[in-house]
Amino acid sequence: MSGPSSYNPSNGFTRWIDSRLPLPRLLYDSFVAFPVPRNLNYWYTFGGILSMMLVVQIITGIVLVMHYTPHTDMAFNSVEHIMRDVNYGWLMRYIHANGASMFFIAVYIHMFRGLYYGSYKAPREVLWMIGVLILLVMMATAFMGYVLPWGQMSFWGAKVITSLFSAIPWFGDAIVTWLWGGFSVDNPTLTRFFSLHYLLPFVLVGLVILHVWALHVPGQTNPTGVEVKSGQDTVPFTPYATMKDAFAMVVFLLFFAYFVFYQPNYLGHAINYIEANPLVTPEHIVPEWYFLPFYAILRSITFNIGPLDAKLLGVIAMFASIFILFLLPWLDTSKVRSATYRPVYRQFFWLLIIDCIALGLVGANPPEGTWLLIGQIATFYYFAHFLIIMPLLGLLESPKPLPASISEAVLAKNADKKVASAQPAE
Amino acid sequence: MMKKIMRTIAAAAIASMMAGHSAQAASVGVEAIDIDFSFEGMFGTFDRGQLQRGFLVYKEVCASCHAMSLLRYRNLGEPGGPEFTPEQVKAIAAQYEVQDGPNADGEMFDRPALPRDAFVSPFPNEQAARASNGGAYPLDLSLIAKARQGWTGNLATAYTTALWKGTGGPEYIYSVLVGYADAPNGEEREGLHYNKYFPGHWIAMPSPMTEDGVEYGDGTKATVDQQARDVAAFLMWAAEPKMEERKSLGFKVLIYLFILSVLMYLTKKMIWSRVEH
Amino acid sequence: MEEADTSRRDVLYIATAAVGGVGVAMTAWPFIHQMNPDASVRALASIEVDLDPIEEGQSIVVKWRGNPVIIRHRTAAEIEEAKKVDVSQLPDPLSRNQNAEGKPATDVNRVVGGREEYLVMLGVCTHLGCVPIGDAGEYNGWFCPCHGSHYDTSGRIRKGPAPENLPVPKYEYLEEKRIKIG
Repeated sequence: MSGPSSYNPSNGFTRWIDSRLPLPRLLYDSFVAFPVPRNLNYWYTFGGILSMMLVVQIITGIVLVMHYTPHTDMAFNSVEHIMRDVNYGWLMRYIHANGASMFFIAVYIHMFRGLYYGSYKAPREVLWMIGVLILLVMMATAFMGYVLPWGQMSFWGAKVITSLFSAIPWFGDAIVTWLWGGFSVDNPTLTRFFSLHYLLPFVLVGLVILHVWALHVPGQTNPTGVEVKSGQDTVPFTPYATMKDAFAMVVFLLFFAYFVFYQPNYLGHAINYIEANPLVTPEHIVPEWYFLPFYAILRSITFNIGPLDAKLLGVIAMFASIFILFLLPWLDTSKVRSATYRPVYRQFFWLLIIDCIALGLVGANPPEGTWLLIGQIATFYYFAHFLIIMPLLGLLESPKPLPASISEAVLAKNADKKVASAQPAE
Repeated sequence: MMKKIMRTIAAAAIASMMAGHSAQAASVGVEAIDIDFSFEGMFGTFDRGQLQRGFLVYKEVCASCHAMSLLRYRNLGEPGGPEFTPEQVKAIAAQYEVQDGPNADGEMFDRPALPRDAFVSPFPNEQAARASNGGAYPLDLSLIAKARQGWTGNLATAYTTALWKGTGGPEYIYSVLVGYADAPNGEEREGLHYNKYFPGHWIAMPSPMTEDGVEYGDGTKATVDQQARDVAAFLMWAAEPKMEERKSLGFKVLIYLFILSVLMYLTKKMIWSRVEH
Repeated sequence: MEEADTSRRDVLYIATAAVGGVGVAMTAWPFIHQMNPDASVRALASIEVDLDPIEEGQSIVVKWRGNPVIIRHRTAAEIEEAKKVDVSQLPDPLSRNQNAEGKPATDVNRVVGGREEYLVMLGVCTHLGCVPIGDAGEYNGWFCPCHGSHYDTSGRIRKGPAPENLPVPKYEYLEEKRIKIG
């Protein structure tokens, strides 16, 4: 999407088009000739997988809308109509519902890959920030989508999460009433969530285009974290990256298909098969698994600080846990990009992953006793990781020597392999 | 290094998904009795005879209080279900009266139900149902097998059990139906009954089944255990009528994706063999 | 050696592309089929109509599969008028009656069981789907206001852009004065 073009129209027709609308040139430069580092591993295929998931969700979503009725009296039954009567309706719904989970699995892997290899560091700050924005819009979309089947967890999830805004001083209640369009989650809420759930994926498409654009200016990072220095370091996007991405997509689809066809309800909540009842709250209200760590942070703040009460602080902490990611490019002070050459940071990286899993488990359990304590420690570590450890570590840590170039690293690695395979096993 | 990362992230993904599942598993309950139903596993299908028996149990025992408003009589004849013949389906439907109309004079009238009609509910609305049942509301059973979980006793195995056996809804139904007993220390509560498997143990529904309470057409002995198994299987089908279609399509999809992934891998390898990486 | 490698490579590429292409094509089917009538629509395919209240010279319109079905209790004069017509002179010489498929468009072939007093047909103009108005047009039958098609007392097209006679759906007499459509 940027840089000098190497596109050379091969015939009269493409030349004619190219001189009027240089779309073939754009696509060629971005997805055919675009140079990618030759040492990318499979963790770099999740961007492609995510694009695929966005398309899958949009297509199945459009299909579902053809049969769904956004009205509190009919929403639940129209979903069951899809499951029972519509030709392949069950398939569309199960792909869409499990697709949301798959989307988040892929996005979290994609993000942790970025954290590990320092993909957020200069000159890729804007790329990273657009990515965080994509995560936020994804979360909003997923949250509103979960309300649409109008089951018990749909209703109570919507009520609890929208009620978070009541923590805002002075305007809180007015904002919640405005969000609901009434005095509880009801038909106006459902219809506006439906409208926005349909709109936001297209906003996501726009953001993804910006994300790719911002990626194609500096080019991809790579496991060494050393910038591309010459043509020696890269291969053309097609066929190398396209084929590798396509293979990864198919493997991901295998994983996806198991859930769709064999355990389609594993990742959902059983109680959502009971129609929403505004008079009866389920015993446990928990969000979908991909929100659990954030939910845990929200519930871990059980104490007031000065004039701020626990409820408001919890909401602030939850939002801060995502917004802090925007600052990441400046919080990390290290000159070295990839964790491969940062032995100490690497340990903390794994600690952060464990921390996030712990938060997920805490989010799934009632905020009492040990769970609450674990949640508070994990919340503290989460923020400490970004606000204290990352800035300090960059100054204190002594990184391992970096390779001079990507090609050098590749050749050294392959030489090691040859040596290793030439020697008999001990 | 890469392998280590891969292993760890895979573990992370699975653990966080399990965490999501434990959200459900965490609710208070007793581990349901694990039944080896015919419809479990990748190739499991419903047992037609069992579904037909289960429907009989529903009709004779449950239907006097519990609606199944999402089902239609025609579903009983559709592939993947009890597969009654079209004549049987018509005859079953005709046993019920539904209101239709208005006719040319603007009057509503009753007519025998047709296969396209929804299962007739025993009560016109929730209030009437509560009034007839001492204030308790007999739930609609259309989706009950998916709305309940069985593996609530052991947090550590709940995730993995559910990954292969489903969420344990039919097992829970079976367990409750056979789980009536005298309360420990002989406690009694007005209008409630002790049940070993019901969350909280006190259930408003009295034990619904009796030995030989129904007469099976296929000669199967109608023990309480047998009736509970049959109706649990029937309710699973009712909640997930497309299960057989789903699994058979799923198997083809998995085989296809596997072949494609092998071809893709070989192609990718061949292309990348031209460069050191 | 080089040649063998090349051909092996080509076979692999072609196989991969072919298997991938087949998968994409097969995936399209559920997305297309979901728009076909669903099970609940298919199950509502038939209705019963009581003919007794329809006086001679009167029509009623009932809804069947979302379309208007015109049921007319014809007068002797209307039947007479319809019978006089020479079938070979009609723009559409076929009966368009699902109960008498492929037969000529005589008046008796436009009804079921020789019961010529009752004419049952879809009120959907065969031109572009408007609903024709009864007791109108140059042939005392039906007239479509959208583009001026004239149908006679047997519902056959006589003048205007419509290509075919008004279609007669599948129906049967359950009793003397009771029919089941569909």
